[in-house]
Amino acid sequence: MTTTPFHVTGARLTVPVNESDHVRGSSGAPVTMVEYGDFQCPYCAAAYPVVELVLNERPETLRFAYRHFPLANVHPSAEIAAEAAEAAGARQEFWPMHHWLFQHQPQLSPAVVMLGVAELGLPADAVQLELAGHVYLDKVQRDFVSGVRSGVNGTPTFFINGVRHDRGHSLDELRFAVDSAATDSSTGS
Amino acid sequence: MSPERRLNLADLHGTPVIIAFYPADFSPVCSDQMALYQAVMPEFARFGASLVGLSVDGVWCHRAFAESRRLEFPLLSDFEPKGLVAREYGAYDTDEGTAERALFVLDREGVVAWSYLSPVGINPGADGILNALEELSRQGAAR
Repeated sequence: MTTTPFHVTGARLTVPVNESDHVRGSSGAPVTMVEYGDFQCPYCAAAYPVVELVLNERPETLRFAYRHFPLANVHPSAEIAAEAAEAAGARQEFWPMHHWLFQHQPQLSPAVVMLGVAELGLPADAVQLELAGHVYLDKVQRDFVSGVRSGVNGTPTFFINGVRHDRGHSLDELRFAVDSAATDSSTGS
Repeated sequence: MSPERRLNLADLHGTPVIIAFYPADFSPVCSDQMALYQAVMPEFARFGASLVGLSVDGVWCHRAFAESRRLEFPLLSDFEPKGLVAREYGAYDTDEGTAERALFVLDREGVVAWSYLSPVGINPGADGILNALEELSRQGAAR
């Protein structure tokens, strides 16, 4: 069997980081890392502190964006968690909610998501209404589709300067990938 | 789909068909791949495409796998004669006795429009399928 010619390899980010993304780090950073993640995915929870470490170690080098990729059929609370993060984001609290959700992953349920909303001091009644009305579901789904079209095949998937990172998610591996991308960008390769 | 039902590809003519051959129910990569395809179903539906998964596992194994991953698309059992369909598509691994990890997109007439053979340990994702469906849709519109 042969691969027919119009298969396009999906190893590149199809939607560049834009104003609808949640982004941390310097806008002038030479390296942009985009994560497609699922708040109920144990591998994403394992990668979360690693990403935080790399961000702390490389503040001038690295800019980080998080996009949603909830696999709702296997992670029943992933979508509501993503929507809650967006509700927090609408109130400039995306990252605190992102951290809270990963830190409380083993317990995640719709009720626990609302505990996080309350704990972060967000207006629980207003957020509850927004979640019931799926106000942010469209944004979550747009993230998901952009991931599928970019070749995301599971979570977490990282893109570093637009190229899918196909190696592991240990501190050494992610730090090395970031440093290599920084070197490539400074040498123009 | 009930375990007793037989599927003839001709039943699906008139819509693009995605066939995802995979080695084994419950294996880690297959589980991730099929769960991903369930999540991507709304995108496949935008092209009016039908999706079927196919492995050499038996029908009751398929049922348990589908229930465990909440898969709603049909899983076909290429069980007896073992691997007959996979062999006809050139997607059978005779050493392992399983289907390869291979994707096919058939057009509305059932003709193979696109295929992809993935390394067995790598989940090929859905981007290639969507690109192929998009191309078919573009060709259909140009006719």
